[in-house]
Amino acid sequence: MNTPKPATELDVAFTVNGERVERRVPVRQNLADFLRDTLGLTGTHVGCEHGVCGACTLRCNGVIVRACLMLAVQADGADIVTIEGAATGNYDGAIVADLQREFHQRNALQCGFCTPAMLLTAAELVAARPQASREEIRAHLSGNYCRCTGYQSIVDAVESVCRSRSGT
Amino acid sequence: MSAPDRSGNTTIGAALPRTNALRLLSGRGQYVDDLNPPRCLHAAVLRSPYAHARIASLDVAAAAIAPGVVRVLTGRDVAAMCDPYVGVLKHVPGMQSAAQLPLAVDRACWQGEPVALVAATTRAEAEDALALIEIEWEELPVVTDAETALHPDTPVIHPELGGNLCFERVVTEGDVAAAFAQAAHVVEAEFITSRHTAATLEPRTILADFNAADGQLTVWHSTQVPYMMQWIIARHFRLAETQVRVIAPDVGGGFGMKIHIYGDEMAAVAASLLLGRPVKFVADRLESFVGDFHARGHRVRARMALSKDGDILGVEADDLYGIGPYSGYPRGSANEGLQVSNLVCAAYRRGAYRAVSRAVFQNKAMYGQYRAVGHPVACLVSEGLMDLAAAKLGIDPAEFRRRHYLSPESYPLKLAGGPVLEKLSQHEALETLLQMMDYAGLRTEQKKLRTQGIHRGIGLASFVENSNPSAATYGQGGVSIASQDSCTLKLTATGGVVAASSITECGQGGYAVIQQVVAAVCGVPFAQVKVVIGDTETTPVGGGVWGSRGTGICGEAALQAGKALKANILAFVARLQESEASLYDIRDGQVIRAQSGEEVMTLEAVARTAYFRTDQVPKDFQPELTVTRSYAQKTYNGAYTNGIQASYVEVDTETGFIKLLGHWVVDDCGTVINPLLVDEQIRGACVQGIGAALFEQCVYSPEGQLMNGSLMDYLVPMAGEMPDIEVGHTCTPTATSELGAKGAGEAGTAGASAAVLNATNDALGPFGGVVSEIPVTPERILRALGRLS
Ligand code: FES
Ligand code: FES
Repeated sequence: MNTPKPATELDVAFTVNGERVERRVPVRQNLADFLRDTLGLTGTHVGCEHGVCGACTLRCNGVIVRACLMLAVQADGADIVTIEGAATGNYDGAIVADLQREFHQRNALQCGFCTPAMLLTAAELVAARPQASREEIRAHLSGNYCRCTGYQSIVDAVESVCRSRSGT
Repeated sequence: MSAPDRSGNTTIGAALPRTNALRLLSGRGQYVDDLNPPRCLHAAVLRSPYAHARIASLDVAAAAIAPGVVRVLTGRDVAAMCDPYVGVLKHVPGMQSAAQLPLAVDRACWQGEPVALVAATTRAEAEDALALIEIEWEELPVVTDAETALHPDTPVIHPELGGNLCFERVVTEGDVAAAFAQAAHVVEAEFITSRHTAATLEPRTILADFNAADGQLTVWHSTQVPYMMQWIIARHFRLAETQVRVIAPDVGGGFGMKIHIYGDEMAAVAASLLLGRPVKFVADRLESFVGDFHARGHRVRARMALSKDGDILGVEADDLYGIGPYSGYPRGSANEGLQVSNLVCAAYRRGAYRAVSRAVFQNKAMYGQYRAVGHPVACLVSEGLMDLAAAKLGIDPAEFRRRHYLSPESYPLKLAGGPVLEKLSQHEALETLLQMMDYAGLRTEQKKLRTQGIHRGIGLASFVENSNPSAATYGQGGVSIASQDSCTLKLTATGGVVAASSITECGQGGYAVIQQVVAAVCGVPFAQVKVVIGDTETTPVGGGVWGSRGTGICGEAALQAGKALKANILAFVARLQESEASLYDIRDGQVIRAQSGEEVMTLEAVARTAYFRTDQVPKDFQPELTVTRSYAQKTYNGAYTNGIQASYVEVDTETGFIKLLGHWVVDDCGTVINPLLVDEQIRGACVQGIGAALFEQCVYSPEGQLMNGSLMDYLVPMAGEMPDIEVGHTCTPTATSELGAKGAGEAGTAGASAAVLNATNDALGPFGGVVSEIPVTPERILRALGRLS
């Protein structure tokens, strides 16, 4: 009996930054590569492709995920938000915009390669626990590698947005 | 912060946010991998799995016809079009290395050496085809221990060199033997620093596009040094420099790792030249670990002779370090050793001095300059000796340093080995630091906690640091790397200024420095200064950023260009007004009367007259509203500067774990252009030094296999492990430029490891154990405590 050849490509449909996307994608392609190479959304960065550096972080169905550890086909039906769409359009958008402003004011970035992912990771904390302490902020950001800053300005920026949102 | 007086100066020294950070924050940065020109091919590289092996046979036929593959390049293919390179500095006596090519031809000399390149329509297809390359290897004996690399029975990697020695340097001053013979006390230790890698978050990336129709090669490159790359690509691929354009768009971190020549990148250029279409190569993380240049990896035996009263009579250091199988190109792998042999105890009246540094070839990854080149090693040794001496004499470490700093009257002071210390601020830096950290208070706390079984330690580390290097670093060694930089300014038709500078940036703030200096000097609003950088076609020639030179050298060129443009504008206005230029000034984009502040003309009106209403310009007068000025630091080999750091740690004597409780830095970078940028850059540099002290090491097997070549296994500092770092400044502007700025980018890395190691040893003090090897792992602490054998 002939076993059918496994598919090398599949059709997927999902939402990216509020826009509907339908494409046929190679089954082995990860979500980061799909967003970058096929959709041209290059704000999602790739720093390790093994789930450690956090540079590929984006939001999938409301939670942050590592896009290098997720296949594009696994995103079928999902609601994806990348840095390009994160600062507009919904409740969390205002948080990301606040973070962007504080990051800028405090120079919480140098080369900027870690920055889009750092913003999305931080936004998750600000939304869930704006009362987070400095230590909790540091712990929450510990899956995102930054080689340039001393992390301190990043923590300062996140702390300042947390404080303004928790009213303390 | 005192800065030289400049009229209308509002932006030098101001903590302004960076204009060019906004697009990075919104995900609209443009790193090389974000570019995908039409018909772009993607390269994947086959690498040697062995540290040393002969290529017995190589068959790429199956790979060449694999799906999507356009071309496979072997070592021989590239050798036919690229001249080999040798990484030696001619001014380092006796330095030698072997000729190297982008892809190995007959033999690979380190695990990870590029062997073949596949160009295909996607990266995935290129990687698939790599698996189809048939290659037979014959393993060769390896050299992986620097300690035995020079033994007569150790195999020689390049027989034509007659041995595994790259270079040896001896620096002496005074009679060291006599100093040790007279000594009442001698302290000594063997200091070991492990091999590190820069681990930039953005890996090395290159995109080369050769247009055969007009013979033009455009290279987008994640590099710190576009002009160096332009020269090298032209020279080795036998092109005219006018055929080669190198563009460094946004660069995701460099730290010195992106100033070297890499075979995989050169092979991608070769592929584009052959195919006449764009070829992109991105090193993945695993390739980065074995492909990027490594650094450090020193073993320094050092000792200090002291008199009965605690004067330093002499210092001796023997430095040995293992580089790669070739000295790096084009900068050589000597600079770490040169700085170690220059700088051991250079912050102090060190008495008689003798330092030897030897670099030996090994079958390990290539090796070269990485942030603070040699300084962290020299600092670890110096400050380790100082603490040992202070402990031996029973003197407080801060007081011991205070007693031995170079005296303020001794400047400028020429050190044996060459560096000249223009003017340091050590005493002031120490007192500032002690106050910032409440040294006395921490000592009291430390003592109190000891009684409760809590063991904390305080570590100090003074450092002396090179910056603004002259041609002595590379040009004199026959290496074609610019030591001068330039800035071209033009007044736009609406009264703004566009500055094209040879500075580059990986986020340190090169753009901002030029913008702030030009705005201040020209009297133009900050927001109306646009800066153009990172492109050999649109900027003047210069060296780029490395060696803590960007602000000091490129910033001075911008200052001089700003003065020239302003002078030209005022001369023009004076002529229009039939008056004297000295009676005018520019403020906020307006030409004003210097005395009264009365507005005379907007810069827009100046530009419009000069460009559009030439009928109103006197016939015998031509306003020059585009100017270029250049600057090179030629007074000293470098504008040496100084600083000090302190670390406060708690050591768990049961587990060997260290907790960082605090870290403080006082740095002297002369004139500060933007404290916001300087302070966080110093912190980032400290974190790299702390990473070296506690986590980072490239672990090699005796066979030359990198055992921890992934981000999972090579530990880098994350936010949770790092303390807040407080930064202070002393300000001693260099007199070698009008701007007075000295380097700041490497200071943090230079001193942080030593501060952490000293703090750890201070915590261990009552137990009698000493650690002199970094990273200070829990295991090493437990060994020092005698809890592990
Ligand atoms: S690229 Fe996904 S975690 Fe590093
Ligand atoms: S800013 Fe460069 S990695 Fe974070």
